Amino acid sequence: MTAPMRPRYELAERLYPYARSPDQDQAEPARHPVVVVGAGPVGLATALDLALRGQRVVVLDDHEGVGQGSRAICFSKRSLEIAHRLGCGEAMHAKGVVWQRGRVFRDRDEIYAFDLQPEGGHRFPPFVNLQQPYVERFLVERIAAVRAEGAEVEIRGANRVDDLAQAADGVTLDITTPDGPYRLRADYVVACDGARSPIRERMGLTFEGRVFEDNFLIADVRMTADFPTERWFWFEPWFKSGASALLHKQPDDIWRIDFQLGWDIDREAELRPAAVRARVDAMLGPDVDYALDWTSIYTFQCRRMARFRHGRVLFAGDSAHQVSPFGARGANSGLQDAENLAWKLDLVLRGVAGETLLDSYDTERGAAADENILNSTRSTDFLTPKSEASRLFRDAVLDLAEGHAFARPLVNSGRLSVPAVYDDAPLVGPDALPGGPAASRPGAPCPDAPLGQGFLLDRLGGGFALLALNCTPPSVDGPEGVPFERIGLTCERDDPLARRYLGDAARAVYLLRPDQHVAARWGDPTPAGIGRALRHALGTTA
Amino acid sequence: MTLTTAPNLPDPDGVYAALIDAHEGLTKAESDALNARLILVLANHIGDLDVLRAALEVARGDGTP
Repeated sequence: MTAPMRPRYELAERLYPYARSPDQDQAEPARHPVVVVGAGPVGLATALDLALRGQRVVVLDDHEGVGQGSRAICFSKRSLEIAHRLGCGEAMHAKGVVWQRGRVFRDRDEIYAFDLQPEGGHRFPPFVNLQQPYVERFLVERIAAVRAEGAEVEIRGANRVDDLAQAADGVTLDITTPDGPYRLRADYVVACDGARSPIRERMGLTFEGRVFEDNFLIADVRMTADFPTERWFWFEPWFKSGASALLHKQPDDIWRIDFQLGWDIDREAELRPAAVRARVDAMLGPDVDYALDWTSIYTFQCRRMARFRHGRVLFAGDSAHQVSPFGARGANSGLQDAENLAWKLDLVLRGVAGETLLDSYDTERGAAADENILNSTRSTDFLTPKSEASRLFRDAVLDLAEGHAFARPLVNSGRLSVPAVYDDAPLVGPDALPGGPAASRPGAPCPDAPLGQGFLLDRLGGGFALLALNCTPPSVDGPEGVPFERIGLTCERDDPLARRYLGDAARAVYLLRPDQHVAARWGDPTPAGIGRALRHALGTTA
Repeated sequence: MTLTTAPNLPDPDGVYAALIDAHEGLTKAESDALNARLILVLANHIGDLDVLRAALEVARGDGTP
């Protein structure tokens, strides 16, 4: 019945070669608390986060390493912060190309420029460009390192999930390997198996949304060039290689170029090296020496699953939601899924939280997906006007933008990923800090700030934290089995820490979640109020 | 701020003439483009999405295209 093992794509690097597991020789399926399906950035981050929390995790991937091509290349500050907590943020930062400025051109004229880092005092820049295979490699290396230190996490390459069956007490997975089939039992399955998610298909779940009638050609070009490390975007470029074009620098002298091709194209013809080179030549000029490193054609799609949790199967990353790429909202939102899910699943597996906490994964990340899809859809409507009126307004914005500052914010060549704020989410507690800054309101990710020789986010462990600024942390303990720490800090009026957490308040107490999002904040909390907010953040009523 | 729908133009004939004069000698495509730019300029001047939405409602009339 099962198809033979055959790679769907060529590997760039064999990171986790197939090795026979003792589980394959068991008469009864071996049981694991968590099985993650898919060893892309989201699956690896989920597994690593869970392993660092002490959970036993198996990652299954139908290949033995990373595929070819740069794919996701823009990693946001929040993604770097998440990766830093997991132990590979510095590697990504060191290898990545740091950028923060973008320029938008129409024809030959610059009509708009932006700078994403208005304030200092953050460990990480707003973005680095880094090929997805590097991110996967850093995560795999970190997993190997924590495993060597005793963490129970393993990646099984060439383990393809062909079927799964869910019962009240667990999920049974049918797996095919080069040595034949075997079965595993899992308390929970996290499906990080990509936009075409075979698990989602197998479960017959829908993936609704829009496909935009346009095609984009990616050409990764290897060349030494002295363009600045900025995001350059052209509407109606003078070199006529597409309706729009994007140029972005990656590490290793690779440049990402995107050309907007239109809807009715011959994909095969467009992907021929001569056709790609003709477009690149027109853009770069005849004298530039370059090599084509990778090419691909994609369409813009915005879709999501109705729910990201189906009993004991949870979907994260592209399997749960897909957005068009001009906003870096794919991999970055997937990494936020991973961090949102990992601590919740950990506490549920420890038996200190229940269904409500797992359901909040769907609520919080579902809202984040809606926000990403909304932004992505609006960008796409600007890039690919869907009607005559839509094109009329788009062109009017571009006409006005060069000479008039007011029109520049309307130019939309992609709104770049910012982390979701879980406003109005069920787990979010009181905002009882009069004068507190909006950026650190309950639901928001903690803004980083310099602290001594390091940064605030380093000071937070992986559990809940009660952060008291310019006052003594109230003496409250977390519930049994829930990692909880109290941190007292002092800051001067003009410190970034004060600006980001006190605003006009003289002192503050923050309850922070394990994913470094603010759960609640007060000027003058009571121990009972903190206890309530903490139970609320755990999804336990009363 | 709420949308003003009561008469608000001190010189209604002058305003009307200014709109028509601006399109003098333009092709249909040029006129459409001018109108789109004008709407963006005015939308920025209003600076309030709720007012703009109310204005769109009025412009749409009873819902028939």
